Amino acid sequence: MSNGQNGAELRLVTPGMAIGPIAGKRVGSGAIAQNDTIIATRLGWAKEFNNTVSVDPINSAYMPRSGDLIVAVVAEVRNNLWFMNINGPFQGLLPMSLAPWKVEFGAARQHMGIGDVVLARVQEVDECHNVVLTMKGVGLRRLNQGTVVSVPINHIDRLRGEGNATVQRLRDAADSRIIIGENGRVWIDGDAKGTAWAREAIALTQASGHKTTFEAELSALEQNAPKKGDA
Amino acid sequence: MGGYGDVQLLRDDGLRLDGRKIDEMRPVTVEAGVLPAADGSAMVTHGLNVAVAAVYGPMEAHPRKIQRQDRAVIDVRYNMAPFSTSDRIRPGYNRRSREISKVTAEALESVVLVERYPRSKIRVEIEILAAEAGTRCVGITAAAVALADAGIPMRDLIVGVASGKVEDTVVLDLDKAEDNYGQADLPVGILPNTGEIAFLQMDGDLSPEEFNLAMEYNFKAAGEIHEIMVDALKRRYEGGEN
Repeated sequence: MSNGQNGAELRLVTPGMAIGPIAGKRVGSGAIAQNDTIIATRLGWAKEFNNTVSVDPINSAYMPRSGDLIVAVVAEVRNNLWFMNINGPFQGLLPMSLAPWKVEFGAARQHMGIGDVVLARVQEVDECHNVVLTMKGVGLRRLNQGTVVSVPINHIDRLRGEGNATVQRLRDAADSRIIIGENGRVWIDGDAKGTAWAREAIALTQASGHKTTFEAELSALEQNAPKKGDA
Repeated sequence: MGGYGDVQLLRDDGLRLDGRKIDEMRPVTVEAGVLPAADGSAMVTHGLNVAVAAVYGPMEAHPRKIQRQDRAVIDVRYNMAPFSTSDRIRPGYNRRSREISKVTAEALESVVLVERYPRSKIRVEIEILAAEAGTRCVGITAAAVALADAGIPMRDLIVGVASGKVEDTVVLDLDKAEDNYGQADLPVGILPNTGEIAFLQMDGDLSPEEFNLAMEYNFKAAGEIHEIMVDALKRRYEGGEN
């Protein structure tokens, strides 16, 4: 494989497509070894880095990892825990001992009900993909206001920008609080105009964040921002 | 199948009623990402067949009793729209759609890396909007493209294709008349890169030689359809890392 290495042109591959011979290379994510050949298992961009061949998927489900900051929605309530929809293949479990309140057994419903949105962190993911969440930590809380927007998982880095530069720019221009969950949910809290502008800017970032024209497009959009350039 | 010996399905010049050669496929088009609400989707036209497939998930499997601790469950729902044939089809599940849903799910389970998502479910909805024989194959092809579009890891893109026998001649890709009045039908699901067969059904009788010839036609057609599927996926995303 000659491409996808050190900034060279990436190659779009589909499941089952041969990426190249193994020949001493390691097989990374999105690929498998089959008869001395590396085969792509996902639709995405094949790349080689540090002698490891992998595929960056174009679409993928959120796979929780310990420490992830996520925006979760209560899906079920039991006497002593909440099952949370984390926008992934598995539900997260929030035990009452990891909630930010003192919860009596049987009183979980009094604190959060189905549909409530929270900012939580992934405490632990075991080998069976059981996901335990925590709301004990700075800033982790129930989100009582604002709106939640979904973005594809592979667009999150684009939305953050280098050193959170892009999201900070959106926060300043929209004059809104914006929190990006690792699970593809973005929480926006501001007035109606700011929220609408932030939604538009997020859509632009998703569509053009990787293009060279993005800077000019975002600057043009900032001209219509509710609060221009005020940090 | 069979028992209609007086229906002429091959012309005197050796071509079929619609003018195709015996090893010629109906025209195929594939488009990926046709449904914005789905995680992955595709529309496939194969002759007069039109199939749309949508993939949702992987998601938590409900009810919990269907969960498998070591792998994901693929939940396929194949349905023919009431207006898909000239005779209106009664809406809802029937014996045929249950059977096709089951065999399609089993075919897809053999290519999807289900062990990556234990206890979860991948929902595949296949809707046949227009039917002209071979809808289960078209449905499988559409589902494969939709799964790839959704980013589900797979060993290969499975292709659905069929051959059969009419007037004692093995032909590729039966149309409606050939399916209704022919002597045999052999739909298969093929993994073109490895040459494996993930699904095979046979209706009617074929001798071993006829079977081998039908499979030869199927493999040839699967290669052609696979190229169209890959083109459709590339067309959707190429032109910048999206």
